[in-house]
Amino acid sequence: MAVIIRRLEFFLLTLWAAITLNFIIPRLMPGNPVSAMLARYHGRINPAAMKALQVAFGLHTNQNVFQQYIEYLNNIIHGQFGTSVSYFPQPVMTVVTQAMPWTLGLAAITTIIAFLLGTFIGMIVAWRRGGFVDGLATPLFVILSAVPYFWLGLMAIYLFSVHWHLLPLGFGYDEGSSITFSWSFTTQVISHAMLPALTIIITAIGGWILTMRNNMVGTLSEDYVRMARAKGLPPLRIMILYAGRNAILPNLTGFALSMGFVVSGLLLTEIVFTYPGVGYLFLQAVSNEDYPLMQALFLFVTVTVLVAVLLADVANAILDPRTRAHH
Amino acid sequence: MYPEVALQDSVPSEAQPGGRAAWLARPGRVGRFLLSNRKATLGFVILGIFIVMAIFAPMIAPYDPNATAFLPTLPPSHDHFLGTTSQGQDIFSQLIWGARQTLLIGGIAGLAATALSVLVGVTAAYLGGLVDHILSVITDIFLVIPALPLMLVIAAYAQGGGMWVLITVIAVTGWSFGARQIRPQALSLRHRDFLESARVRGENSAYIIVFEILPNMISLIVAIFLGAALYAVLAAAGLQFIGLGNADEISWGTMLYWGENNEALLSGSPLWIMAPGACIALLGASVALINYAVDELGNPALRTARRQRGRRAAG
Repeated sequence: MAVIIRRLEFFLLTLWAAITLNFIIPRLMPGNPVSAMLARYHGRINPAAMKALQVAFGLHTNQNVFQQYIEYLNNIIHGQFGTSVSYFPQPVMTVVTQAMPWTLGLAAITTIIAFLLGTFIGMIVAWRRGGFVDGLATPLFVILSAVPYFWLGLMAIYLFSVHWHLLPLGFGYDEGSSITFSWSFTTQVISHAMLPALTIIITAIGGWILTMRNNMVGTLSEDYVRMARAKGLPPLRIMILYAGRNAILPNLTGFALSMGFVVSGLLLTEIVFTYPGVGYLFLQAVSNEDYPLMQALFLFVTVTVLVAVLLADVANAILDPRTRAHH
Repeated sequence: MYPEVALQDSVPSEAQPGGRAAWLARPGRVGRFLLSNRKATLGFVILGIFIVMAIFAPMIAPYDPNATAFLPTLPPSHDHFLGTTSQGQDIFSQLIWGARQTLLIGGIAGLAATALSVLVGVTAAYLGGLVDHILSVITDIFLVIPALPLMLVIAAYAQGGGMWVLITVIAVTGWSFGARQIRPQALSLRHRDFLESARVRGENSAYIIVFEILPNMISLIVAIFLGAALYAVLAAAGLQFIGLGNADEISWGTMLYWGENNEALLSGSPLWIMAPGACIALLGASVALINYAVDELGNPALRTARRQRGRRAAG
């Protein structure tokens, strides 16, 4: 329980840090990019929204930085992220909540598949260390971990869409169809998600394999594995229940630490496939200088990652008896 | 049973008086190991080719990379090994010149991130107490905040900018992983005899950190630099690909940007995108291979050896 409370404290602290970073970064930049952006949009959006933006970015000169900060925090707590400039007059919240499910779905499915598959392959590779698979797979996945996600995505588009015409080029569903819960729409979503998911899984899996292999190499030399061998237990049982089970725990911690990397890769992959999720929206916000939307997206992505990390930590605390024994 | 253990034991122990002597004794052994390791050799060969490419770009490249002097979207031929872009530039020449900025960003941003890691990690371990606690929490926070969104936000506010904005953004987001590895090792060195003796000699903290602690962590620092450089190459490529670098400077990332914006995959010059991406992947792979070999150096158990078979036969 104490561990979980400590992780919760860290969660809140990091959340506060992310929110504060969001406040500080535009104010640290030379030449005030926000007022330049507002000048460009002057006359195109209504005066009330303009005033709200000025307040949000601290261009109201009658407030000092601390008052601005308090007001900023107050807005965030009440979920007021202002109006999107590029999707005017839609509020930022509406734009973001439309994109979130696409990203969350893709992220959850690919992360789970990559984790399970990678952990399993890593287990086998470590078990047969020095064998053919190890000699081939380990260097292969070291190399694969260095391939940019988005470039692999581009190559996948070239092969499967442009060359073989097997799968759609991009976007989340067929052009012109509307979002319904029908069978045909579901198959569209699946066929459009296939290539992005495949690229993410292929690039993410290498990391799981390598960490699992390295953990497993450690547990395989433990006395309890030797004991199990001496008792003549079936090898499969030793591999999974003795060595594998104990090697997974550090992998779970690694899961928490790698979430940031996975999400970064995911966002770039979405951009390549013009997938209607947060990554693509992020690019839109950046290239249109839609700062309110960009700030909200940064916070949403960070909060999502923090929640995932917290869940992994809690799972770790529940699964690992040692974390409980200390307190 | 484990012949490699001997190597680990013979790595100069930090308890020896005179950290510098230990440091000087190490590189030779490290070098010999890396030369005899196939993964590392492959990595060094690839990296070496790219470095030669970058240094001698004006001599290797057949044409001016910016010249729009040729017919657009030519297929590969004797005159144009990789064909031409839709603007009529020679792709092969761009690829050769692109190595320069890509390597430069990887090297400089990698070094900057490593320097930050060392600074934070060693300071936290050496000063201890409240400073250690605060620095550790900051490190953990930067570790979990996703890097790409943070980089996008900073780069967007910085309004384009060229190589130096990229380097700053990458260093600021890329130091935490290294700092987290440095701290425990610096902590373990803190109460070794040779540091105590330096303190008794009356050396100041700066001297002790630079000349006594750092030399003893050189192999870890090299490993962290390799990881940071790999991160920098990939991050720079990603940022340039989505247009957040200076698109007028030639690098593999900006080639990808222009290729994608001119729909190179659809319009018959796929090499415009394939070639720079393959180079980034190869460069990344070379660094990752060297890094993995350095890992094996520190942890002999990771090596792909044939001893497993022997043990099973015995058991």
